[in-house]
Amino acid sequence: MPIVSRGFKGKRRGEGPSDRVPPGQYLTDDFPVLSAGPTPHTPVDQWDFTITGEVDELTRWTWDEFRALPSETFTVDIHCVTKWSKLDTVWEGVRLDTLLERVETAVDYATAYCDGGYTTNVPLADLAGGRAWVVYGYDGELLDPEHGGPARLLVPHLYFWKSAKWVRGLRLTATDEPGFWESNGYNLYGDPWREQRYWGD
Amino acid sequence: MAGAAVLGRLTWRVATVLDVRPETARAKTLVLGVDGWPGHRAGQHLDVRLTSEDGYQAQRSYSIASAPRQDRLELTVERIDDGEVSPYLAGDDLREGDRFEVRGPVGGYFVWRSDAAGDVLLVAGGSGIVPLMAMVRQRAEETSPVPTRLLYSARSWDDVIYRDELERLAGAGFEPLFTLTRSQPAGWTGYARRVDASLLGEVAPTPPAATFVCGPTPFVEAAASALVGLRHPPERIKTERFGPTGG
Ligand SMILES: Cc1cc2nc3c(=O)[nH]c(=O)nc-3n(C[C@H](O)[C@H](O)[C@H](O)COP(=O)(O)OP(=O)(O)OC[C@H]3O[C@@H](n4cnc5c(N)ncnc54)[C@H](O)[C@@H]3O)c2cc1C
Repeated sequence: MPIVSRGFKGKRRGEGPSDRVPPGQYLTDDFPVLSAGPTPHTPVDQWDFTITGEVDELTRWTWDEFRALPSETFTVDIHCVTKWSKLDTVWEGVRLDTLLERVETAVDYATAYCDGGYTTNVPLADLAGGRAWVVYGYDGELLDPEHGGPARLLVPHLYFWKSAKWVRGLRLTATDEPGFWESNGYNLYGDPWREQRYWGD
Repeated sequence: MAGAAVLGRLTWRVATVLDVRPETARAKTLVLGVDGWPGHRAGQHLDVRLTSEDGYQAQRSYSIASAPRQDRLELTVERIDDGEVSPYLAGDDLREGDRFEVRGPVGGYFVWRSDAAGDVLLVAGGSGIVPLMAMVRQRAEETSPVPTRLLYSARSWDDVIYRDELERLAGAGFEPLFTLTRSQPAGWTGYARRVDASLLGEVAPTPPAATFVCGPTPFVEAAASALVGLRHPPERIKTERFGPTGG
C-alpha cells in the first residue's frame, strides 16, 4: 500500500499515452546516457562483429561487410531503468534475424560483448522475430560514440541497458549468464512493462 | 552486512524525514529514517517514489550521501526549477515527519571499497559530489589511510555542497581541490577553469588505482575522456551520470 507524500501533486502526469509509457517511467526529449566507464572510440577499420560461443562455426563481419547487409530504418520507443522513456526514436541498422540466420546453434541464450568490457545477457528468442537490431544510425546521422557508436545493440522491448553500446558481438550460451549490470543488482531479463528493474522484481 | 545489501529483493520502504538541512541556495540534505533499511555501500543510490493524494506516482534515483549505516541515511537533492520531484524534495515545504517511499540500495559497481589498496581520485561536477561524499565520509569514519584526492567543479563558492565539512576533513591523506567555473571569491587561490585534460593532468599526474567520476552527462563524458587521453587505464575509471544532457 503506497503512502501519500504530503503536498505532492505531480507535474508530469498524463504526459504520455499509458500504452506507451511503462509504469514508473517519465517522458524526456533529451537523450540521457548511462554508462559505467569512459566512452570507447573504436575506429571502424578496427571494428568487426562476431558471433561465437556454442555455434558450429564462428561468424564474423568487418565494418564494410556489416554495412553491406540488408538494413532498415525504423521507429521505436525506448525505456531506461533510470526512469526516462523516449518515444519515436529513429534508428538505422541490421535486424538480428539477418545475422542469426547465418548461424547454426542449439542453445537459447546470448551474451552481447562490447568495447570497454561491457556485457549483457538476452535470451535468443528476444533477439529474433524483428524485435532486435544492431544499429549504426540514429536520427539520420551516424551513431555518436557517446550513444554507443560505431554500433550498438537495440532491444527496445527490454530496458535500455540491454541495448548494449559499442557492441562487438554475441556469445551464444546454453545458460542465461548475468552480464555486467545484471551482476550488479539489475534484473536478469528487464521487461519495462513488468517493471523488472532489479534483482527479484 | 552492507556488502550483501543488493542480494535480496528490493522492496519499497517508508522513509520518514528526520531533518532537513540547507546546503546551498539550490540543494538540501534530507536525513531519513528508513525502517528495515538493509545498509548500503558508499557510492550506491536508491529510488524515491512520491505518491499524490489521488494515487499518481513519480520515481527518481538519488545517490546516498551518508556513510553506510543501518538506521538512517542522507540524500542531497539539488532543485531543478521545472522538475517534478526535486522541487518537492529540495523545496521549502518538506519538513520533519513527512514521508515518502524508497527502495534500494541500487548499483554494485560505482562503489568504494574501504579494503581496496592504492590511491583514489574523485572527480565531481555539481551535485555529482553526493555519492563521492559517501566515500569521503566512510574513509574519514574508518580513519582509512588511502590517499584520496577530490577535484570538485562548481559554479561558485556558494554552490559548493558540503563546503565546510570538506575543508574540515582535509588532511590525513584527503585533499579536496575546488575549481570554480563561473565566479570566484576575492583572493581565490584554487582553480577557476573547467575540468579538462590540462587540469586533470595537474591534479592526477600519475593514474590512481581507482577513479570515480560523477556529475551531469557532459561533465562526466569530458572528464572520463580526458583521463583516458592522459593514459589512465579505462578499467580503473568508474562513472555515474546524473540525469539528461543538462547541467
Ligand atoms: C543514479 C542517479 C543518481 C542520482 N543522484 C542524484 C543526487 O544525489 N542528487 C540530485 O540532486 N540528483 C540526482 N540524480 C538526478 C535525479 O534522479 C533527477 O533526475 C533530478 O532530481 C531531476 O528530477 P525532477 O523530477 O526534479 O526533474 P524532471 O521533471 O525529471 O525534469 C525536469 C527538467 O529538468 C531537466 N533535468 C533533469 N535532471 C536534471 C539534472 N540533473 N540537471 C539538469 N537538468 C536536469 C530535464 O531534462 C527536464 O527538462 C541522480 C540520477 C541518477 C540516474
